Amino acid sequence: MKFSVVVFPGSNSDYDAFYAASRVIGADAELVWHKDTELKGADVVILPGGFAHGDYLRTGAIARFSPIMGAVKAFAERGGPVLGICNGFQVLLEAGLLPGAMVRNDRIKFVSRIVPVRVEQTDTPFTVACKPQQVLQLPIAHGEGNYYAPPDVLQEIERNRQVIFRYSNDAGEIGIEWNPNGSLNNIAGISNRQRNVVGLMPHPERASESALGSADGRFVLASAVRWFAEHADQMVRHA
Amino acid sequence: MKARVYVTLKPSVFDPQGRVVADALVTLGYQDVKDVRQGKFFEVELADADPATAKARVTEMADKLLANPVIESYRVEVLQ
Repeated sequence: MKFSVVVFPGSNSDYDAFYAASRVIGADAELVWHKDTELKGADVVILPGGFAHGDYLRTGAIARFSPIMGAVKAFAERGGPVLGICNGFQVLLEAGLLPGAMVRNDRIKFVSRIVPVRVEQTDTPFTVACKPQQVLQLPIAHGEGNYYAPPDVLQEIERNRQVIFRYSNDAGEIGIEWNPNGSLNNIAGISNRQRNVVGLMPHPERASESALGSADGRFVLASAVRWFAEHADQMVRHA
Repeated sequence: MKARVYVTLKPSVFDPQGRVVADALVTLGYQDVKDVRQGKFFEVELADADPATAKARVTEMADKLLANPVIESYRVEVLQ
């Protein structure tokens, strides 16, 4: 199976994602430039962290005009698994592939540390290898990870079990004191209604080896491998 | 002709930057400051059109790109 990692001008976790997918997980991986219009045979697409297009206008707002996004959208609509990490999550929100929006962290601080994140749902391509309620230690590094959705949308997301990751403590308890950025309902990651598109602010690719402080990010990428093995026959391969 | 677009976070969305600016103003001695909402300002230059058409077009632009309607509201002004 193959991971395609999209490289926007300003991406900075693209190689981390490529490394984690290829060297740590052992899958095929390829970097795909944002001006390309094909995903080069991707089975899984990753939109990496960074500052795509300099975060001009709003985080992720300009990336949706990158030529590759047409292919990403079509891939997602066919049910292909897409993971947006940090800035990649912001891109998915701005592109309308995920509901809601990001605002500045509530204390205006750029937060950069390893935080516990509880896995809320294990029926997505990026959590299928996790245990229900498993707590992952994952690094966050963002100034704009304060998830917002209007009350009716938030209610719908919760009702449809689209909250996939929540900030917690090490024991997996959810509380405002474990919320690093003001995100509504401690949301760290969500999915679309079809559950194939997932965005999260924490960086699993930066926590793929214990030398990096945590290897818990492997669960997220290994999930994609397992999901692919179980669903490969249903996937229409994208040339 | 020119149009101006003012974008701010919706009243229901907390504006952490505005809050910090308000606190800073109070620290400067402006005790009467109750709140600040920070926003963005765009000046759009476009081909001449009748003001109603221009306003409709710039409103569409604000809705599609200049503002994120999930969190932001906007006001459009067309200059004669």
